[in-house]
Amino acid sequence: MEAIILQVLNGLDKGSAYALIALGLTLIFGTLGVVNFAHGALFMIGAFCAVTLSRILTLSHTIVDETQKDFLGNPLKVEVPYVYDWFGQATGDVIIDWAVPLSILFAIPVMVAIGVLMERGLIKHFYKRPHADQILVTFGLAIVLQEIIKYYYGANPIPTPAPSAFVGSFDFGTMLGFEANQIIYPYWRIIYFAFAAIIIGAVFAFLQFTTFGMVVRAGMADRETVQLLGINIDKRFTLMFGIAAAVAGLAGVMYTPINSPNYHMGMDFLVLSFVVVVVGGMGSLPGAVLAGFVLGILESFASMREVLAILPGLNQIIIYLVAIIILLTRPRGLMGRKGVMED
Amino acid sequence: MSKMTLSRRGVLTTGAAAGAGLALPTYLPAASHAGFTNAPTGSTVTLGFNVPQTGPYADEGADELRAYELAVEHLNGGGDGGLMNTFSSKALQGNGILGKKVEYVTGDTQTKSDAARASARSMIEKDGAVMITGGSSSGVAVAVQALCQEAGVIFMAGLTHSNDTTGKDKKANGFRHFFNSYMSGAALAPILGANYGTDRKAYHLTADYNWGYTTEEAVRTSTEAIGWETVAAVKTPLTQTDFSSYIAPVLQSGADVLVLNHYGGNMVNSLTNAVQFGLRDKLVNNKNFEIVVPLYSRLMAKGAGANVKGIFGSTNWHWSLQDEGSKAFVQSFGTKYGFPPSQAAHTCYVQAMLYADAVERAGSFNPCAVAEALEDFEFDGMGNGPTLYRAEDHQCFKDVLVVKGKENPTSDFDLLEIVEVTPTSQVTYDASIFGGELGTCNPGA
Repeated sequence: MEAIILQVLNGLDKGSAYALIALGLTLIFGTLGVVNFAHGALFMIGAFCAVTLSRILTLSHTIVDETQKDFLGNPLKVEVPYVYDWFGQATGDVIIDWAVPLSILFAIPVMVAIGVLMERGLIKHFYKRPHADQILVTFGLAIVLQEIIKYYYGANPIPTPAPSAFVGSFDFGTMLGFEANQIIYPYWRIIYFAFAAIIIGAVFAFLQFTTFGMVVRAGMADRETVQLLGINIDKRFTLMFGIAAAVAGLAGVMYTPINSPNYHMGMDFLVLSFVVVVVGGMGSLPGAVLAGFVLGILESFASMREVLAILPGLNQIIIYLVAIIILLTRPRGLMGRKGVMED
Repeated sequence: MSKMTLSRRGVLTTGAAAGAGLALPTYLPAASHAGFTNAPTGSTVTLGFNVPQTGPYADEGADELRAYELAVEHLNGGGDGGLMNTFSSKALQGNGILGKKVEYVTGDTQTKSDAARASARSMIEKDGAVMITGGSSSGVAVAVQALCQEAGVIFMAGLTHSNDTTGKDKKANGFRHFFNSYMSGAALAPILGANYGTDRKAYHLTADYNWGYTTEEAVRTSTEAIGWETVAAVKTPLTQTDFSSYIAPVLQSGADVLVLNHYGGNMVNSLTNAVQFGLRDKLVNNKNFEIVVPLYSRLMAKGAGANVKGIFGSTNWHWSLQDEGSKAFVQSFGTKYGFPPSQAAHTCYVQAMLYADAVERAGSFNPCAVAEALEDFEFDGMGNGPTLYRAEDHQCFKDVLVVKGKENPTSDFDLLEIVEVTPTSQVTYDASIFGGELGTCNPGA
């Protein structure tokens, strides 16, 4: 029983990341009809927003400490962050410690701007081209973005820890009457799940309860009619691309303490997120979220030692197996509209 | 206008002929003129540096390339001479190799066996490289070593830690200076016993490929020999980035030590996840829970950040060593590049120097003469103390470092502290235990 609860919990944070990326993918596909293979790169760029802000906050000047030596035997040059000078060491340490949560504020405008730039500068030229062309150009863009990040930040993962207040884990086991240490779950992953739930809720509320959202939903259902009413739907869809980019970026920002960011992390999530979209139903926002969590949890169960002892390698293919079964039995996906992707 | 007709038989015949043609070895042209592959004829000699310039180990590859460029500079008489000043052999004069100026070409292994073989092949066939060296992966090393054996050139392995490189997959044309999994286990076990006691339950997470298997086997064997029990050993896919579903069951197993047989990005992520789960704060079986990383790299430690503090592991070399060779290399490398060298840089620099020295002593670039000069060669002054290049398996035997993540680092480079220098005698083993056949040297022509 403990093992089952533990794997459900493990699946939730991975599912959160899948759900956030798939939500953005579905938004873009639903509004602009574009299959965006650069979406994983947006997740990765979001993570590097956290790295960048962390580096900005630790920008330093050097002082020479004559009492210590560097590796060549010269007096040690000690880096002193400017925030120490401006706010004092204690406050400066707190600011640096909270770099990841602060990066949310930094990442939102950056990601919206990147999204709008990407849509206006490149993707809009491919609206009337076949999906295969869209996939090729966005995949190419993803590789370019990945290589740019690698050039500036290197190939190795960059540690971006959570605030020290959230290091460690919560013992769910003792709360549920089990022995200590049987069901532990890191604090940051609880926060990540809660954060994902808030973002998903906010996106749905935005689409459901605002005039802007209503127009976007109408445009998703019937673009031509909305345009005939004199509404500039293209402008709104461009902004939706920016919002989708921001959602992926925020997912990346908050993921950095879970796995140290590297230039390749977007690709690791991209293919799986597409499978999530297909399983959830192309164009279905609730489907993307539901499939994200379901597949995250299934993947977690498939990684259990007991399962792998019977079916080695199942964790590597479980998501694709589920996708095959869903596509064979219900081609429109879990929550896709009847008639969509069924032919 | 002619019309071409295709018959099934015609297509099959042409395809078979083309296939047979492509399958033929293509190393021969450059080899034939002086009794061995790519014999240098002019005033220069070309070495091939095959390192990961892209892919997950690109930073390590960049450091290897820096080391090779430094070695070439020193061999050609430039710079401060580096380790030539401390090397026990005095055959190298700073006038190239056998009077020929050293030039080099580079290839990108991408840390993929196929890509590494293709780039090595290109350097041998098109650029005329007389020796191939480099790499940051055992899979790549084994693949390139086999290619060099077929092509008739010497392969001086870079960073490769699997027992197999000089064990079951050893080749007469291949040589390894870096230590291996067996040596890590033999060096680590006594230190682990002394610090964590002999009554421990270990849980292994192992990267699902060649290096992971040999490292797990080595650490299991050596820790079980001091009384530890292995409660579980779980393979993890090489492509895994989130290890939470593997780490969560560790405490349920009753284990009080987690051994991470991971390297590179795997190590960074699994260690980060383990620390996130608070494993190191737990008390299990009335003992503090501990984590062990058998193979450490400073570049990887940098990726894991503060998570490495207090964690034991082993390493081939570290820039903080105070012997004359290490100090000379750090001075030389640090002055040129502004930061201390990694263990990958060190082993690659040393391999280039050892090859050049062997050619000088042999008086020939012929790979068989070079191999003979390297076999059972004893040397010192290269940063690892007295070292033997054993003839039976072409493996170097030297001291091994046990290190620990530093509690209070003073810089990005100051992440590991040396806990013990394990003497050669403690990590030496019988050459036959890993099987394999060295075979005979292939000069190519």
